[in-house]
Amino acid sequence: MIIVKYFASLRSITGKEEEQFNMGTETTLEKLCNELSKTAPKIGEMIREKKVIISVNMDVIQLDAIIKDGDEVALLPPFSGGC
Amino acid sequence: MSTTLESNVRIQREDFVVTDEIEAIKRASRNIGGIVTFLGTGRELSKGENISQLNFEHYPKMAEKKLEEIRIKAIKDYEIIEMIIIHRIGEIDIGENIVLIVAAGEHRKEAFKACEWAISELKRTTPIWKRETTSTGEVWVQDTP
Repeated sequence: MIIVKYFASLRSITGKEEEQFNMGTETTLEKLCNELSKTAPKIGEMIREKKVIISVNMDVIQLDAIIKDGDEVALLPPFSGGC
Repeated sequence: MSTTLESNVRIQREDFVVTDEIEAIKRASRNIGGIVTFLGTGRELSKGENISQLNFEHYPKMAEKKLEEIRIKAIKDYEIIEMIIIHRIGEIDIGENIVLIVAAGEHRKEAFKACEWAISELKRTTPIWKRETTSTGEVWVQDTP
């Protein structure tokens, strides 16, 4: 299972903090994005338009990255820490 | 109140005491000759709207990891002696402390440069988000200068 976490405005869109996807032993971020789009099309659109930063196991990655079973994927809206 | 320095990089709900952090960084080396601090606080006006409250959330572990990377790179690239970075999360009222960066070097120049770089890098790379509460509702801030 791949765990997908949603933060801040993205959690407001999905109404969930996280969800799990069964994508086999290995998949691409693009395929996962397609799966996400089925239930949350706006999220898929934001990923394709690069309005979302994506991390796998806490490292920022690109859309062509490979994701393995057990990985933690986080969808991160633009950061606004500081003041 | 005296604070024991647990780590030079912290994300916490509770407030911090700036002078305690300055005293803590002084203990890192007797060679420190210049200390620069940046303190970010909650302001009332944002894009012409009155803010009644701020709320910060973070991605646990990744945010701390990013802050530690910033600290390590600041020490290396700007040749400072030590850096402390603290960011608060949760509800923060107007005028309260949000973020503190303390850069300590042998001389002031490198400490000023490191401090300015660190706050810019924090805003650019650290998964922390701000939600503002105004009279019209709550909004997640998407872009910060």
